[in-house]
Amino acid sequence: MKPFTFLTRAGLASAIAVTASLAMAAPRTDLTLGQQLEPPHLDPTSAAAGAIDAVVYSNIFEGLTRFASDGAVIPGLARSWEISSDGLTYTFHLAKGVKFHDGSSMDAEDVKFSLDRARAEDSANAQKALFAGIASVDVVDPMTVKVTLKAPQGNFLFNMAWGDAVIVAPESIENIKTMPVGTGAFKFANWVQGDHIDIVKNPDYWGTPAKLDKVTFKFISDPTAAFAAVMAEDVQAFGAFPAPENLPQFDADPRFKVLVGSTEGETILAINNKMPPFDNVKVREAVAHAINRQEIIDGAQFGYGTPIGTHFAPHNPDYVDLTALSNYDPEKSKALLKEAGVKTPIKVKMTLPPPSYARRGGEIIAAQLRQVGIEPQIENVEWAQWLEGTFRGKDFALTIVSHTEPMDIGIYARPDYYFQYDNPAFQELMTSLDFETDPAKRSALLKTAQDIIAKDYVNAYLFELPYLTVANAKIEGMWVNAPTQAADMTAVYWTE
Amino acid sequence: MVRYTLKRLVSLVISLAVASVVIFLAIEVLPGDPAAYMLGVNAQEDTLAALRDQLGLNGTAWARYSTWIGGMLQGDFGTSYTYRTPVAEMIGDRMQVSLPLALMALTLSTVIAFPAGILAASRRGSFADVLIMGITQLGVAIPNFWFAMLMVLVFAINLRWFGAGGFAGWEAGLLPGLKSLTLPAIALALPQASILARIMRSSLLDTLTEDFIRTARAKGLSRAQALRRHALRNALIPVLTIIGLQFSFLLAGAIIIENVFFLPGLGRLIFQAISSRDLIVVESVVMLLVFAVVMVNFAVEIAYALVDPRLRASR
Amino acid sequence: MSDPRTHINPKGVDLRLWRQVFSSRSLALGLVLTLIFTGAALLSLIWTPYDIETLNIANKIKTPSAAHWLGTDHFGRDILSMIMVGARTSIAVAVVAVGIGMTFGVPLGLFAAARKGSVLDELIMRANDLIFAFPALLIAIMITATFGASAVNAIIAIGVFNIPVFARLTRSGALTLWQREFVLAARVAGKNAARISFEHILPNVTNLLIVQGTIQFSLGILAEAGLSYVGLGAQPPIPSWGRMLADSQTMISFAPHMALFPGLAILLTVLGLNLMGDGLRDLFDPKLRRARS
Repeated sequence: MKPFTFLTRAGLASAIAVTASLAMAAPRTDLTLGQQLEPPHLDPTSAAAGAIDAVVYSNIFEGLTRFASDGAVIPGLARSWEISSDGLTYTFHLAKGVKFHDGSSMDAEDVKFSLDRARAEDSANAQKALFAGIASVDVVDPMTVKVTLKAPQGNFLFNMAWGDAVIVAPESIENIKTMPVGTGAFKFANWVQGDHIDIVKNPDYWGTPAKLDKVTFKFISDPTAAFAAVMAEDVQAFGAFPAPENLPQFDADPRFKVLVGSTEGETILAINNKMPPFDNVKVREAVAHAINRQEIIDGAQFGYGTPIGTHFAPHNPDYVDLTALSNYDPEKSKALLKEAGVKTPIKVKMTLPPPSYARRGGEIIAAQLRQVGIEPQIENVEWAQWLEGTFRGKDFALTIVSHTEPMDIGIYARPDYYFQYDNPAFQELMTSLDFETDPAKRSALLKTAQDIIAKDYVNAYLFELPYLTVANAKIEGMWVNAPTQAADMTAVYWTE
Repeated sequence: MVRYTLKRLVSLVISLAVASVVIFLAIEVLPGDPAAYMLGVNAQEDTLAALRDQLGLNGTAWARYSTWIGGMLQGDFGTSYTYRTPVAEMIGDRMQVSLPLALMALTLSTVIAFPAGILAASRRGSFADVLIMGITQLGVAIPNFWFAMLMVLVFAINLRWFGAGGFAGWEAGLLPGLKSLTLPAIALALPQASILARIMRSSLLDTLTEDFIRTARAKGLSRAQALRRHALRNALIPVLTIIGLQFSFLLAGAIIIENVFFLPGLGRLIFQAISSRDLIVVESVVMLLVFAVVMVNFAVEIAYALVDPRLRASR
Repeated sequence: MSDPRTHINPKGVDLRLWRQVFSSRSLALGLVLTLIFTGAALLSLIWTPYDIETLNIANKIKTPSAAHWLGTDHFGRDILSMIMVGARTSIAVAVVAVGIGMTFGVPLGLFAAARKGSVLDELIMRANDLIFAFPALLIAIMITATFGASAVNAIIAIGVFNIPVFARLTRSGALTLWQREFVLAARVAGKNAARISFEHILPNVTNLLIVQGTIQFSLGILAEAGLSYVGLGAQPPIPSWGRMLADSQTMISFAPHMALFPGLAILLTVLGLNLMGDGLRDLFDPKLRRARS
């Protein structure tokens, strides 16, 4: 990273120049954005860390398609495409004049390289399943690439919009982790590990150029430090602000504005469906009725969050409100437990990963469940332990987690998935959804799917995680929602 | 003396070898697969296996231990699993924060403790003595992370004199860098200064009862004069030992304070590495810290032996 | 000053001793503070102003009032009740950790002193050095990361680092005693080293141990607070002062009372124990008292 020190100096000089010229009312062109998590490295195609996408998605790297801020899939590097009538072949027409940040041009060969690399035998792509349906990738001409699927796939364009499917170049792949070279409106400039990453405007961008000259991502994992950094204006915006309890203070301060948007994160109390007594649907229903969602949203989230009754995002047009199926009714809960023959009090293991929705929510849920005779034994764990013990080892009865992947109701069709829900009818439904391309029928299938899991009380559905952003009042163009984990800075600007 | 030094040296090497085994074994039993952590919930078995292979996690324990130690001996600390950069480089980066922070805290604590301890000792029983001893009692008892939280509340959030945390980076200039280390250094220095002041005072008082001071007093020196001219030098030995120990403690022990102020130092590096199961980083950094402490202890022992030949025989 | 050994005799209650306890301001203050917190911890076993297991979200983050003397926390729990029960956690962890340190450290120290210069002595002392050389907090973090965060593991993590403290202290105390005439007499009388260690050496290092125990006790409380603060101590719903501070951290700007009182509780408890330790040392060691007061 040494060669880039001069860039930092240059950036600093421009920052000083900008500050000096503020008096003349020229809008600022630099911005420091706070984020909670620092990426481990900067290759979005070889790690699951959302923190990587939160820096590079759309800023540095682009894919064939991309997500718009409302979650719609729109053209990215592929400006248009044709789908064959059997749904098996996608022919993408690439944008012209696209150059990687190292000056080499982006063409069909790079697309083939990227997709083949992601689905290769030794691929380290964390979402390899996205590419599993691809049979072959062929270069038609430098501007055209043809992707052939093994079977029709209703959501292929959606899959290609993920950060894990961005286009990379073979020339720069070796050092991608510390020196990412993409096609985006910003170029990577400098990384002070443990503190911040700088990206600067790409003057040769093929599309609408970025409005800011420089963006600094400053990593502040501690919520208190995050609050103080915003208050002290060390950072001018903070994406996915970790402490909802502080938002009223920002709201009351004219210097700031608070943006409350949606994420794809269904926050659930996951139940181990194979572990007695939770293998009994009556017991799971009892858990659902013992939970007071509003109290959890108020206590853990300080009011931010939309109650959900099934595993589906409420802002999705296909969402069905099923919260009434699991209304708060402790008496009914006790009756159900009695009916199921559960001898209360019963001690069960509840693991809680680090985010505050889980830790605080867990304490509240534990207190609520104690009222009906279920006594969760709380075990706070780190993500690494959660992944090994809870997720892979399935050594838990209850756990709280937010499923942030978009459109992930399909996980209920995987009997080996950590909550171990095994319902052949549901699995069949999901298979037919895969092959269904008619929008109306797809919608109907999705609604049925939501209904099935809600009535099976697979998990207790709590709330949709909100996307909370605090920004200087003079900043415009930030994403309000988070259809994917990204901080797209390409359209952000200062009003003064 | 040579024999004594050699004996110490042998036991130093054995200590380090034992320490390396202990560290390695501790890491071995640490639950959590680094590859699984890196690839997240949707990773497939074959992807995981490929990554484990890339990281060199598939060898036998013995093979991995000897690779690690062999590398360490040649100054190669390995490559971080998650960051994919050499661990030595990461340590170097973090040292840019931890070393100045430890030095600042130590300087601060010495600058406060020396005059306070001397004043308290020379005016034993006076109001100043009682006040200083009272404050140092508080300083020893206060949880430093709580003190740090209160300082952030007052100086960063309310008064906005300092940033609430984070490190400006030395490339931003000396002053911004020092400014971001000021509050953390104060939080670290307070308990250290209190301990040091108390030791300074009592070791001065101890020396004051010794014969040569009585002689000096008999020659007509005032208590304060005797203290300054004679006792101080002798009282310094235990004080310097404590300073040495505090320094190595400060390097690693700042972990909680680094968390409160969000500083990219060594302590936080280990904390993050443990939670992300970046085991090679944990191993190497802990080993380095143990090495530092053992070396400081060794230096202190040798220095003592040089000063006081009786120690060589008695230990 | 009287013969110091009169104070060593544990059975003879010496009126002068009690007079000294109360004539020493720091000892008296330390004793009072310690009694307050131990009392609060004991009282919490049978009574607290409010039940802390039931949450009352509607009543969250209330500043101190007549109903809630120290206010309520983010779950609407009474902070005074939380501090009382938290005292129990802190004290329990620290007591057991000191117990571990003494149980292992004292016999090791006695043994090392009895076999001074032997390979075993060297081994014990080097092992002690080694434990000292490890950054304590990091090891505690590793222990809890490995075996899971819980009060028990916090106890073990803190206790392990108490072992060398007591081993060293016992050894150095015992070494000087081995030179004393009464020990020589016992040796001449044919008693073996083990018997001498337990019959003659141990009773005479008790004072040292009590003083050091008090100090380690206070350090244990600080350590427990630190571990809980980073989330590695007692798990919810068991309250602990360190976690109360961690919970309050993001709310300190609008609810400082949530951070103030648990912090004060730690400060005052540790202060009390330290004052008591200092006072006891002065009491047990009149030479020092003469030199210091």
